[in-house]
Amino acid sequence: MSETSALRSVLMKHPVGLHARPSVKLTKLAKSFRCRIEVAQHASGPWIDAKSIVKVMALKAPRDTTLHFRAEGEGAAEAVKALSELVARDFDEDHADVATS
Amino acid sequence: MTSSNVGIVIVSHSKDVARGAAEMVRQMVGPEVPLAHCGGDPGGGLGTSVESIMAAIAEAWSEKGVAVLVDLGGAETNSEMAIEMLPADRRERVVICNAPIVEGAVMAATESSAGSSLATVRSTAEELYAGSIVP
Repeated sequence: MSETSALRSVLMKHPVGLHARPSVKLTKLAKSFRCRIEVAQHASGPWIDAKSIVKVMALKAPRDTTLHFRAEGEGAAEAVKALSELVARDFDEDHADVATS
Repeated sequence: MTSSNVGIVIVSHSKDVARGAAEMVRQMVGPEVPLAHCGGDPGGGLGTSVESIMAAIAEAWSEKGVAVLVDLGGAETNSEMAIEMLPADRRERVVICNAPIVEGAVMAATESSAGSSLATVRSTAEELYAGSIVP
């Protein structure tokens, strides 16, 4: 994969939003890529390091937030794709017991 | 279990707190981080012991080192004593994190799971207290 940059946005529908467990999953996935990856709740930023568990958790992004990912470097396109898909899959969490109104 | 990631040791005065914090790390982060916990005195009361802390460090040992999360006073001083009693080559690879025990353990383990160094694991756990959590 050549040096590149990529941008992707995804609507987060997880009922609880970006709480602790999803934050850990997102950060771990981000860390599995070598490129620089940032995430933001608005296209205009502020952008934070998606590999920082402390910063990702501090986002406290609620349900129906559109998360924006941008990456730069090796595997950037794959990284934003994988992260967007994790969000779209509700972080692979079973939350049948959570009211989805 | 792999030992290629920094180990995490949780030291609480309460056996239940230590076990619960470890359970959170296991469920939230996963099995790839060496993890051990200890707490309580042999009689079932509150307390910490140098001996059990040393055993926990040995259990969670990784060549990359071990990060220790503690709760209150004695947990920290006994952890310091336990580290001092380790062989010299291990002693320098064990650090006590200045972080809240539960949150710090989860943050440290998340960082460790990515193969980060002991210094990075420690600074991620301590970032919580550093006041830099606002993005």
